Amino acid sequence: MSEDTKFHHGDVPDRAPIVEMKDIEKHFGNIIALAGVSFDVKPGECHCLLGDNGAGKSTFIKTMSGVHKPTKGEIYFEGKPMSFDSPRDAMEAGIATVFQDLAMIPLMSVTRNFFMGREPTKGSGPLKRLDIDKMNATTMEEMRRMGINLRAPDQAVGTLSGGERQTVAIARAVYFGAKILILDEPTSALGVRQTSNVLATIDKVRKQGIGVVFISHNVRHALAVGDRFTVLNRGKTLGTAKRGEISPEELQDLMAGGQELAELEGSLGGTV
Amino acid sequence: MSDSTSQSAVDERLKSEGFGARLMKRPELGAIAGVILVTAFFLATADPAMFTLSGVVNFMTPASQLGILAIGAALLMIGGEFDLSIGSMVAFAGLFFAAATVTMGLPLSIAIPATFAFAALMGSLNGFIVIRSGLPSFIVTLAFLFILRGLSLVGLKLATGGSTQLRGVRDAVEGDWLAPFFSGDAFGGLFAWLAENGLIETFKNGAPKVPGFPIEIVWFLIIALLATWVLLRTPVGNWIFAAGGDANAATNSGVPVRKVKISLFMVTACCAALVAIITVMDAGSTDARRGFQKEFEAIIAAVIGGCLLTGGYGSAIGAFFGATIFGMVVIGLTYTSFDQDWFQVFLGGMLLIAVLFNNAIRKRVTGER
Repeated sequence: MSEDTKFHHGDVPDRAPIVEMKDIEKHFGNIIALAGVSFDVKPGECHCLLGDNGAGKSTFIKTMSGVHKPTKGEIYFEGKPMSFDSPRDAMEAGIATVFQDLAMIPLMSVTRNFFMGREPTKGSGPLKRLDIDKMNATTMEEMRRMGINLRAPDQAVGTLSGGERQTVAIARAVYFGAKILILDEPTSALGVRQTSNVLATIDKVRKQGIGVVFISHNVRHALAVGDRFTVLNRGKTLGTAKRGEISPEELQDLMAGGQELAELEGSLGGTV
Repeated sequence: MSDSTSQSAVDERLKSEGFGARLMKRPELGAIAGVILVTAFFLATADPAMFTLSGVVNFMTPASQLGILAIGAALLMIGGEFDLSIGSMVAFAGLFFAAATVTMGLPLSIAIPATFAFAALMGSLNGFIVIRSGLPSFIVTLAFLFILRGLSLVGLKLATGGSTQLRGVRDAVEGDWLAPFFSGDAFGGLFAWLAENGLIETFKNGAPKVPGFPIEIVWFLIIALLATWVLLRTPVGNWIFAAGGDANAATNSGVPVRKVKISLFMVTACCAALVAIITVMDAGSTDARRGFQKEFEAIIAAVIGGCLLTGGYGSAIGAFFGATIFGMVVIGLTYTSFDQDWFQVFLGGMLLIAVLFNNAIRKRVTGER
């Protein structure tokens, strides 16, 4: 997929990173999950974190989103040293993570899911109640901005497609003031059409000045939307490349550690 | 490729939805249909006395006693848990209340709050064990079904010196200013006025045949409305649905799932305590069989009312109608020529139909195929 897509690229504003992580190490007992990872995200860019299974992607984003504390290394948030004690701290600072399971409840309406845990209220005392009209209007509006026209705000999330659910999760994070949006394999379980919808959503989010961290093991999806690419392999970063500086084949090789893939590729005709 | 779904203002995949289709999405639909069906059945077969004011009060009284439990059970089921110890809790709270008023001679203003506090404590213990151990609430509360029933027996014998019945509650609470809120009839004045003006049936001496609404009916209505309000119009209601729908997803979104679930166990136990207080004051005594098998009847009423066994879906108003069906059938059969024992057959059949129906509804709502 070397042809350019219609998403904007290459004009990553040279602004100060929102989050900068330097030489992060994370050990679990005698297992070294991360052995010196450096990574940063700037406002309005999509920074892809690529790596094969077991490369340490999940450990790394969990460190970034406050689930794990790094064993070694420094995290700077908007220029200041930062250490998050819990995912809530990170969330309040503006780091939102959309995990693979999406934190969505199929039996509940889109609106109720959208505001789950952060419901707006009106009235006071015993008459304090949900501001249903505001909730419905906000949900419809935010989803429309992401390019999805809901049939009705009381539609159950279970009736949405996988890509639409992903978009609800992203719209929710954006609405609640995310500065950094971490997407954990958002396209891994989706079909072609839904994948392109999600990639389009990522582009919309980026244009609002939010830094997107896009975790994937699919080079084609990453190249379609990414501004910069960092490859993780065996707990280490193998460098960061800007868009246009690296070919899909090179990325693929880096992810696999440059080994057997060359042989495999021969037998598969270069389609991996 | 990207914006194909976004630009049309009206979604062409959307068929206009009629009133009927919207109604189909309400969880309490089955229960309302059930009430209509059962009413039609008894209109056709029962003595017309069943649907006079006194007949209605007659079947709403047991319906209310069950319904208060069923609404607690429904909230807990929507929150994703069961409580099989409600029936035993009625007996145990009844013992606690009777012992407080008769044996210890406490006034109701102390005995009633103490009974609620004690029930809430037992409920939180249930909840705490379930949350901490991660065991299914089914098993944990099944243990408490037996523990509390056994403790009620042992406690009664201790309090009475060997009997399994504790009498004298009515004398002990006589004249207490709180008693009218938990026993007897409400709106006596209104009913007397209606009788005077010939708007309701009276005895020959002019006294109304129905002296007022039994107090449990009033409690039942208040609790049903309150629970519906909480579920549909407050953040806590959203948390209850979320906790039952997917506890993990709810936690990740910042819902205090543990607090919600433990509170629901406490609410359920307090519903049991309320039923215990009302029925013990009404009967003037308590015994170890009080509330026997009520846990199953309450869960059945909640399921008929549209609650899913898997949690995350249901309604309090549905449980209200579920309990009403229950009361209509159990009392209604005495107005017919049928053998009363058909009641159990009916109950089981109703449960089966309700579960099948709910399953179909859930698939409709979530678009599962």
